[in-house]
Amino acid sequence: MSFTHQQSAHCESGVISSLLTHQGLPLSEPMAFGLANALAFAYIPIVKLGGQPLIAYRLPPRAIIKGLCKRLGVGVKFHAFKDPMTAANALDDLVERKTLVGLQTSVYYLPYFPEEMRFHFNAHNLLVYGKRDGLYQISDPVFEEAMEIAPRDLNKARFVRGPLAPKGLMYTIESAPQHIDYPSVIRAAIGKNIKVMTGAPLPVIGLRGIHYLAKKIDRLSGSEKDKRLYLGHIVRMQEEIGTGGAGFRFVYASFLQEAAGILGDGALADASQTMTDAGDVWREFSVAVAKQCKRSEPIDLAALSAKLRDCAQSERPVWDQLKAWHKRR
Amino acid sequence: MKADEVPQDNSSTYAGHKKLLYAQGRDGQYQGVQSSGWEVESSATRDAVAQFEQWASEARVQVEAGTKSPLYFHMYDCRMDLPLLCQLTGFWRWRVKRHFEPARFARLSNKVLARYADAMDRTIEEIKTLPEKPQ
Repeated sequence: MSFTHQQSAHCESGVISSLLTHQGLPLSEPMAFGLANALAFAYIPIVKLGGQPLIAYRLPPRAIIKGLCKRLGVGVKFHAFKDPMTAANALDDLVERKTLVGLQTSVYYLPYFPEEMRFHFNAHNLLVYGKRDGLYQISDPVFEEAMEIAPRDLNKARFVRGPLAPKGLMYTIESAPQHIDYPSVIRAAIGKNIKVMTGAPLPVIGLRGIHYLAKKIDRLSGSEKDKRLYLGHIVRMQEEIGTGGAGFRFVYASFLQEAAGILGDGALADASQTMTDAGDVWREFSVAVAKQCKRSEPIDLAALSAKLRDCAQSERPVWDQLKAWHKRR
Repeated sequence: MKADEVPQDNSSTYAGHKKLLYAQGRDGQYQGVQSSGWEVESSATRDAVAQFEQWASEARVQVEAGTKSPLYFHMYDCRMDLPLLCQLTGFWRWRVKRHFEPARFARLSNKVLARYADAMDRTIEEIKTLPEKPQ
């Protein structure tokens, strides 16, 4: 199969962008991300990761692929399994028929991942594009190069129990439309994203969620080390592998810029620039956390929560601009 | 973020890999730019790794003292905590806690041990013992 590996910022938007491009429907990663209205903010304290609350800057796993395919009218087939052997055979069948297959895997069991990045995260997406000398040839979107992996390791990574268990999930593209009606899908995606960020009925989601987290930081108790781990956790969710920087804000700004070009619409270009500025403030927040955690003096929580409120403040105008644009179109 | 502001800190956490960020070129156009690491992010990652390492070394002391079973050490050594180990094995929390008792752990059947070994991606022999201290 002729397949070109393409590095991406985020695994899910990267995988679906590669799958559709391979299917003859070229779509950049930021475009895939934006059209899935994937940008979000959520602070979910009841879900714990290594004792820390879940903080997400995008929609939950699988929402990008499902949302994008629904919006574009792409036929995508999901297949989950109970039995690892059946799953391995089903994958081999597809590989033999030279089909590009997407898989959900757990990062911890992928041997090529950097040792210090191997945490138990069960919703990592990658593509299998062939098999050579008994090794699967895979395209892991967050890596520069295509990789190879032994069947044992891949099967292991596909069948992990626990939160977001992949259950051997694999997916293929069944059908793709000839062209995309950009004006209508861009408007629909931006409209939906405005709702996620400014109209959620819960105080922990969207711009309100950012303020909610700022309040949590103000009230943080425990030892200096506990505080450092909590703050570091926010930074990791925002910057670590797969975010494209500043918790996906730059990916979204890139989407807005591309959309502005396609529609010839200056208002979207302005919104893109505002989002870029907001992303820069998010990066400043990360830098501030790192600085505070390095000092020997106690952590100045008030300064950090103020910086986080700045992030929400600087993102607010983006959504106001987009709201105005959405109404006009 | 401008393309020339993309950090290139050669972070150890990337293990020589580069990841992709989106940044603006001189003309303001977005482009993918590879980054070899960012100290701000990398120190947060190392902190998280260090937390598990500390839990594991504290667990090692307790296992050596005979108050906990080797399972307790392996849990942290595999970057898990109690809730996660329960989810990964499908065992109830009280049951896993009982398996942290050395006497009970020693009596466990291979069937139960296999569930732990599977989740930890280690052999049954490995999880029954405490590995040598890394130098």
